[in-house]
Amino acid sequence: MSETLLRVEGLVKHFPVHVSLMDSILRREVPMVKAVDGVSFTIKRGEIFGLVGESGCGKTTTGRAVIRLIDPTSGHVLFDGVDVDELPRGEVKAYRREMQIIFQDPFESLNPKMTIYELVAEPLDIHGIGATDEERHTLISEALNDVQLIPPEEFLFRYPHELSGGQRQRVAIARALILKPRFVVADEPVSMLDVSIRTEVLNLMLDLREKLGLTIMFITHDLAIARYMSDDIGVMYLGKLIEYGGTRDVLDDPDHPYTQALMAAVPVPDAERKRGELPIRGETPQPINVPPGCRFHPRCPYAFDRCMVEEPPLMEVEPGHGAACFLYDEFHAGKLQRGRLPPDQAQP
Amino acid sequence: MAALLEVRDLRMYYGTAKGDVKAVDDVSFTLGAGESLGIAGESGCGKTSVALALMKLQPSNAKVLGGSITLEGLDILGMDDDEIRREVRWKRISMVPQAAMNALNPVFTVKDQIVEAILTHEDVTEREAEERTVKLLRMVGIDPSRAGNYPHEFSGGMKQRAMIAMALACNPEIVVADEPTTALDVIVQAQVLKVIKTLQKDLGLSMILISHDLSVVAETCEKTIIMYAGNIAENTSTLEMFRHPLHPYSIGLIGAFPKLTGEKRRLESITGNPPNLLDPPPGCRFHPRCPHAREVCTRLAPPLLEAHESHMVACHMVNRHPEYR
Repeated sequence: MSETLLRVEGLVKHFPVHVSLMDSILRREVPMVKAVDGVSFTIKRGEIFGLVGESGCGKTTTGRAVIRLIDPTSGHVLFDGVDVDELPRGEVKAYRREMQIIFQDPFESLNPKMTIYELVAEPLDIHGIGATDEERHTLISEALNDVQLIPPEEFLFRYPHELSGGQRQRVAIARALILKPRFVVADEPVSMLDVSIRTEVLNLMLDLREKLGLTIMFITHDLAIARYMSDDIGVMYLGKLIEYGGTRDVLDDPDHPYTQALMAAVPVPDAERKRGELPIRGETPQPINVPPGCRFHPRCPYAFDRCMVEEPPLMEVEPGHGAACFLYDEFHAGKLQRGRLPPDQAQP
Repeated sequence: MAALLEVRDLRMYYGTAKGDVKAVDDVSFTLGAGESLGIAGESGCGKTSVALALMKLQPSNAKVLGGSITLEGLDILGMDDDEIRREVRWKRISMVPQAAMNALNPVFTVKDQIVEAILTHEDVTEREAEERTVKLLRMVGIDPSRAGNYPHEFSGGMKQRAMIAMALACNPEIVVADEPTTALDVIVQAQVLKVIKTLQKDLGLSMILISHDLSVVAETCEKTIIMYAGNIAENTSTLEMFRHPLHPYSIGLIGAFPKLTGEKRRLESITGNPPNLLDPPPGCRFHPRCPHAREVCTRLAPPLLEAHESHMVACHMVNRHPEYR
């Protein structure tokens, strides 16, 4: 059994911008939103892989394409060595059981007209699991127990509106886990929850990972949460993975200028920290107009001529830690100092 | 330092079909001239209700049942709508609202909207208003050549800057910023917070910044209030709040934020959920979730008392039994 559970290779997802009838008759070229534009990474068995980035960077689209909720434009997703995209329709369903998703908003992802019992039973219906009512009841009780909705009987016949936000998200987790998947995509699972409640949900996910041996792809915009949750991490910018590596390696000592800027910008609950100058200016461009060359170059404090014409590939800077930045190429060639902020701009 | 703004025992409930939502109960604090005060807390703790009451902008089902808001001797709650519009709003207290990105009118240019705000409140010529608009936009870091653009041509960060410019249009003494960066990504958030901080210092503004995000308050404000379920739990300098929080809720809340540096340790969470304010628990509203609650907490609401110099805490255990920890 290989160490890798999931391998994503050159994943691309482009969405066409509004196509009018006239456009299609005249066969005009349709502008594309390049939501995900060639992303590759691997997720190890049993790990939590954090995918971080700002809104619109393509992290959610990547998560959905990985479990094939949407069909990618091109690229491959190999789950345990099997190319999910090449499976015939009929066999996809079996893989769906193995890969589940937890959505961002527990206020919208649960049907308000269904009881908790019905909600958690729905995946069983879809996959035809549990022959007898008794068997199903046991499975559902177990799932609710797993997510700490205890005692389960007290929740079975309630409706989502009777539960708090944290409890609702637990129901969503129970729904995802009742099929005993091996892989779960958690898409911003706590961003709608208040601070005092989100900690419980985060800790619950950490515990369930241990208990059930789950592999989790954890999508978040919050770097502190990513640091708390994940073993490895990938940073996305405008549809590309621009840095990857062990969470501590990447966040404590970021290589890519964008990751450095992100880390410098995160506010921290510490009144004594003095914020340095923010190394970058401007805002992320729209994924319709991706800049040529390195897509970060218009905002990058270190950009040089090469960055404007050529797109940097992901390069391994240290073992297991890579960045898509020519600074490291030049560094290896001995031409430039390693891409660090100059001392006067460095963060304490 | 004499207080510029004083809120005393403010009590404001919202009338609903199911009864009164006790959104703000016995809230007292002061704001000095040139001071920046952060009010933090989770959703539904009453922080926005307090902010709205400062300008008498509370929704129509809100009932002010007691207390006072005084702006340099001026009784705000006692003024009628017309007076407050003429005397206070925009000129003395202005607001950067929540979801400011949607607060701009999409069919007017940004410049026209700021000019209109100035002309409505001040007796100046259009020319003067336009000149001031250009100055304001430059102050918040927007190139004045973009002034004639419509809001949809602005990015999220620029819209937020434009709203800040508009809040400053009539030279107010106090700016109330309600979650000014909540919808923004971190880098843009850092840029906007920097604008706010710089302006507050340079113009000597008094500011109240409301946020659910403690880290935003920690980085921006000199003083911090933490609210829970309609009450103030703790009020002290930001430095003190994050170094030595005293209220069990503040301790829990600060401890619930994962750290960006240092060793990873398991986060402690506060058990349970915030109460339904239609029927809050008797005594201290935090007692059902409090690890230190004793009998007295279930009966008596703790007053906000000075635990030590300029550190106010509403907790029986801190105030009467400092040895509880």
